[in-house]
Amino acid sequence: MKKFLLTASAAALALAASAGYAAARDQIQIVGSSTVFPFTTAVAEKLGQSGQIKTPVVESTGTGGGMKLFCQGVGENTPDFTNASRAIKDSELETCKANGVTPVEIKIGFDGIVLANSKAGTVVDLTKEQIFKALAKNVAVDGKVVANPYKNWSDVDASLPATKIEVLGPPPTSGTRDAFVELVMDKACQEEVKTANEKGCGETREDGAFVEAGENDNLIVQKLEANVNAFGIFGFSFLDQNADKLQGHKVDGVEPTFEDIASGKYGVSRSLYIYAKKEHVGVIPGMQEFIAEYTSDAAWGPEGYLADKGLIPLPDAERATWAENAKALKGMGS
Amino acid sequence: MTDAISSFGAVGRPVSIHTDDAAKARLKGRYRAETWFKWLGAAAVALAGLFLLLLLSTIVTQAIPALRQNYLTLPIDLSAAKVDPAKLDAVNYDAIAQEALTAKFPDVTSRQDKRLLRGLISTGTGVFLRKDIAADPGMLGKTVDYAVPLDDFADLYLKGLLADVGSDEAISTSVTPSQTSGDIDLTFGDAAMLALARGHGATEGENGMLTLTSGASSLLVAFNSGTVKLTALSPGANGTAVAKGTVIEALDSTAPAASGQAFLRVIDTPEASRKISDKVIVWLDTLKSAGLIESRFNSIFFFTGASREPELAGVWGAVVGSFLTMIVTLAIAFPIGVSAAIYLEEFAPKNRLTTIIEVNINNLAAVPSIVFGLLGLAVFLNFFGLPRSAPVVGGMVLALMTLPIIIIASRASLRAVPPSIREAALGIGASKVQTVFHHVLPLAMPGIMTGTILGMAHALGETAPLLMIGMVAFIVDIPGGFTDPATILPVQIFMWADFPEAGFQQKTSAAILILLVFLVIMNAIAVILRRRFERRW
Repeated sequence: MKKFLLTASAAALALAASAGYAAARDQIQIVGSSTVFPFTTAVAEKLGQSGQIKTPVVESTGTGGGMKLFCQGVGENTPDFTNASRAIKDSELETCKANGVTPVEIKIGFDGIVLANSKAGTVVDLTKEQIFKALAKNVAVDGKVVANPYKNWSDVDASLPATKIEVLGPPPTSGTRDAFVELVMDKACQEEVKTANEKGCGETREDGAFVEAGENDNLIVQKLEANVNAFGIFGFSFLDQNADKLQGHKVDGVEPTFEDIASGKYGVSRSLYIYAKKEHVGVIPGMQEFIAEYTSDAAWGPEGYLADKGLIPLPDAERATWAENAKALKGMGS
Repeated sequence: MTDAISSFGAVGRPVSIHTDDAAKARLKGRYRAETWFKWLGAAAVALAGLFLLLLLSTIVTQAIPALRQNYLTLPIDLSAAKVDPAKLDAVNYDAIAQEALTAKFPDVTSRQDKRLLRGLISTGTGVFLRKDIAADPGMLGKTVDYAVPLDDFADLYLKGLLADVGSDEAISTSVTPSQTSGDIDLTFGDAAMLALARGHGATEGENGMLTLTSGASSLLVAFNSGTVKLTALSPGANGTAVAKGTVIEALDSTAPAASGQAFLRVIDTPEASRKISDKVIVWLDTLKSAGLIESRFNSIFFFTGASREPELAGVWGAVVGSFLTMIVTLAIAFPIGVSAAIYLEEFAPKNRLTTIIEVNINNLAAVPSIVFGLLGLAVFLNFFGLPRSAPVVGGMVLALMTLPIIIIASRASLRAVPPSIREAALGIGASKVQTVFHHVLPLAMPGIMTGTILGMAHALGETAPLLMIGMVAFIVDIPGGFTDPATILPVQIFMWADFPEAGFQQKTSAAILILLVFLVIMNAIAVILRRRFERRW
């Protein structure tokens, strides 16, 4: 028994030690945004199926977390690509540069953020101002900044139904929330609120009218089905995939449809990106193949498989420019 | 005599001590409290059982559709003209399969419709075809009947999960078409159709015109071996009804269909609110009635890796990843845990230091698992430079998590061995080491094994510590070793639950069932070991 124990622990230690000397990485590693995750995984799988390279490993770490890992440095232990549901920040680019990383930016398409509810619920037509009034923590009433007093939608505007304000949305860690704040709350922010508190525009109410529903958008979909009066805020792809259960609502008079988001008419939409690490091209096999597959019309084109997954493609001219830049590996700030 | 009866009750209990009324009331109250407590206990157990039943039945009913997958049999042309046997990898197998499908519907000509039609079969078709040809080159050079998996929406529709479809009902009047294809007029012998359309959400316009928009139910009329979708209806002359319609499948003639010869199919879910169009439904029904669609055991789900397409997604990659991770966990945690327990229980002096160690081991067992993940990231990945997403790191992190559980369980079962065993061994001259390894440890082993298996079962269901070390990732290839990127079953469940496609809901439940089966097996082994080998003193 003693011998057995000794050999077993020796084997375990040897195993643990040997793992450190693994062979050079021959598989692409991708991290980043959970919004871009469904699209990047589809491309990764397609490429793996074609047999050209090993299927890349894709992790969903969130945009910020992905940037942190990506900009950490150059080498086998750092990821080769990162997904982002917003453009890289200046501070992140600086970190990248300081660590010798040259990111190659590729804009892959748009995503709309929609306000939706159950098919059984009422249809509303909201303006950004109304959404701000309904969800902001502090609003201006008669020129004074007070804690949000509105209970029902009809309190916000007489034309809206007299139902309780109940909105499920993403938590502050989410890229969707960042984009929602930037595109709706900041845009429609009342002057009084802005002067009172620099960051006050993005603050949402904490009295139960706005519920942070977690990163899982599917959970929001299920909750909306169960509660007819509640509205949800999430990415267009979830509305697209659940069209049998949910209806999207007009914002500033424009319905969230594929066409209107693509043309830019629908106001609450953002761009999605991937960033490639230029230093890894030629070191980690398959980097160029991955970029080529992502920027092929069969993938990100208007009729490509990413459109089927809910990505809203860029206009033709813009797509061509980005594809060109990607192919030439045009690094940022170099 | 009467005195004796009055002082002893029928059950022989002396009643004399409960003489006054207050005492009797107290006695009654105590019995009542006992009854209450029993009932409350039983109710709690029943409630817990009910919740468990509810949970399990929800998961099982959701999981059942995932166990089968619909396949479409197509005549695939693998003649030398299409497939060059010398260049098997360069062939576009998807295109060959799609060609075979479009050949079934020669009427479908528009680009958009062709795209819809091609979407009926899974995007993984080409991969399966290439693999099967590589395994059986005898398929080449001829046209073979080959079963391809259907796309997830087609599959869900055939399982009845996507739209409410009524059964075909014979129309009890004549139907006359104006043309055989395109946008046509249909004349119905009586006005019954108008009332029917009204009942299915048609919008009423001027002159009694009824329009069936995409927000209304779909009305499909099948006759003359074709299908027409009605778009609008209006009352005609002599009590007839005239309908405008779009031909989905071409009619073979403009001859009127007699009463009972035409059939009406109502799809209650409006076209706008489902992911499958009327055209696709008609095509699928045609293929099904031709006997080309077959529901089979879903071997893809059990024997392939992850995928973004619900119909191609499988759990095998995650099962293998779980297995590799558990091997590493066991190889590290078991020997170290048992050795630590033996030393602490049998050899270590009882002093302040060992007491501190003991308290800390007990505390470690209660540390949230995410903390071990952070430790793994800081130590194994950043300091030792081990690969990300690898089972070896996952196993090491989980081993840290299970160590305290194994140590505590092992110490408890060592302590349960009576001192008389040790004294007897020492008494006949055995050394301390001989006593422990020849006599105490074998007797404690069943308890140690039980504790280890329960600790492993706990580790098997853990996701949080793996989040930090990159095992929560989309990994398609099935891991072949301890340093290959891998994911594990609970992570796979977590990720599928987050995918927007409806087809993943069933897969999620089915994967939960598989995980539950593994856990039940592990717990059953623990119970058997205990029953069989445990000695009681």
